[in-house]
Amino acid sequence: MTHLICIICPKGCHLNVDEQNGYAVTGNGCPRGAEYGKKELTNPTRVLTSTVKIKGGLHRRCPVKTDRAIPKGLMFDAMKLLNGVELSAPVRRGDVVLADLLGTGANLVVTKSM
Amino acid sequence: MKQYDVVVIGAGPAGLAAACEAYQNGAGKILVVERDKEPGGILNQCIHNGFGLHYFKEELTGPEYAGRFIEMLNNTNAELMLDTMVLAVTEDRKISMINPRDGYFTVQAGAVVLAMGCRERTRGAIGIPGTRPAGVFTAGAAQRYVNIEGYMVGKKVVILGSGDIGLIMARRMTLEGAKVAACVELMPYSNGLNRNIVQCLNDYGIPLYLSHTITEIRGKRRVEGVVVSRVDGGGKPVPGTERFFDCDTVLLSVGLIPENELSRSAGIALDPRTKGPVVYENMETSIPGIFASGNVVHVHDLVDFVTAESQRAGAAAADFCRRKEQPGGEPAVAIESGENVGCTVPQHIRPDRIDQYAEVFFRVGRVFSNSEIEVASGGRVLSVFKREHMAPGEMERIVIPKKFLENASGGAVTVSAKEAKEN
Repeated sequence: MTHLICIICPKGCHLNVDEQNGYAVTGNGCPRGAEYGKKELTNPTRVLTSTVKIKGGLHRRCPVKTDRAIPKGLMFDAMKLLNGVELSAPVRRGDVVLADLLGTGANLVVTKSM
Repeated sequence: MKQYDVVVIGAGPAGLAAACEAYQNGAGKILVVERDKEPGGILNQCIHNGFGLHYFKEELTGPEYAGRFIEMLNNTNAELMLDTMVLAVTEDRKISMINPRDGYFTVQAGAVVLAMGCRERTRGAIGIPGTRPAGVFTAGAAQRYVNIEGYMVGKKVVILGSGDIGLIMARRMTLEGAKVAACVELMPYSNGLNRNIVQCLNDYGIPLYLSHTITEIRGKRRVEGVVVSRVDGGGKPVPGTERFFDCDTVLLSVGLIPENELSRSAGIALDPRTKGPVVYENMETSIPGIFASGNVVHVHDLVDFVTAESQRAGAAAADFCRRKEQPGGEPAVAIESGENVGCTVPQHIRPDRIDQYAEVFFRVGRVFSNSEIEVASGGRVLSVFKREHMAPGEMERIVIPKKFLENASGGAVTVSAKEAKEN
């Protein structure tokens, strides 16, 4: 039995995950908590949010995110990849910066129109 | 003098929502004044996700949340004046401001919404002993440098305070290649959201020292390290528990203060507990026609609630300038804070002005498990709300039915929190 705090939403439910029992989750306030509890112990993932360089915008950095969660272990590899990116304004919220980031199926997208 | 129906001061999440809602409620000429060069306020630098779960039912980053409201505002006829600083607001709703294009000028507003937000407490506010080297930042200032300006603020970091901004910056600095040696919290619990402790500290193996504080900052030109000590129950450092952390940067996440210089000089009554204006159920301040919402009133945990509160203020502002004759003198019920309850918002409710029930927000004074929130009047308990968990870091919300307020004895109800009775 592993005790986890759900990070799906700001509520922060206290979950108990039973590894012996098919990762059955208790203490979750919604179905997404059950999914999180199981995934956190089998294949933990996170959405990555960061910035990349941009030329010609109001500021020097443009915020970006992965459009879905990627494996936790790939965070620093992804950050390295972002260091090499440079955008030119204008960009629109939702524009794809890098498709299929590190083979995860997640796209890196712009989160602010600049 | 230029005339507007509604003038909103600040184009952060509070101002944007208030202006959109004023438009929806029929305000004709709306002006939004913003001192920055772009709208969106602090959301622009909050590039992490977790915003909008209540309002948009999806998880957005700060810039995405702001972007949606900026688009909504662009679809109204509201005028957005950027790079403009408001200098004064008067009781009769004249607003003086200044910018590089028009110089100094004054406009007349039918109604005003104050949405100036809050600012961070600094090293001076908490008086950390030691030298005065470079490398001590508020967490939000560091966030702006890193996320917007593109500067790294340091390589080895100690964070004082475990509020959400501190936690978010612990992860952010780590991802950008810095080593975060520790997050130090004076209280025996964190004021941040649990999810942020998990995904910002635990994910990266950053230790959290509860009941500890920085007792000395060392360094001549640049921070060279900090001394951290354990504190006793009264928050005093315990001699002999000192330990040294080698670092070049200290980030402070030690609380936010509503920014109310304009409110104060306008003569608006402020609440010393929230440090924001005293407000009625529709976010009206002590001066009729001047409303306030968002972090300028009380510091929120979630932007979604800032939006909801600001929509109420915007709608009420539109309503105020539509009426030729203002109602007034309706009886108001005082919402008083009882045991373990910090200040409530609103502080006063006019039962005649609400439909079915009124929402009341507050923070509790300590951590509770299995507890009750009690609403009482004249020694009689009106209603009880059960809670499995409460903490000072999480704002509580209750709804009080109109009929309870109409029958409140002595014109007041008291909200208090305590452990649940065994039954």
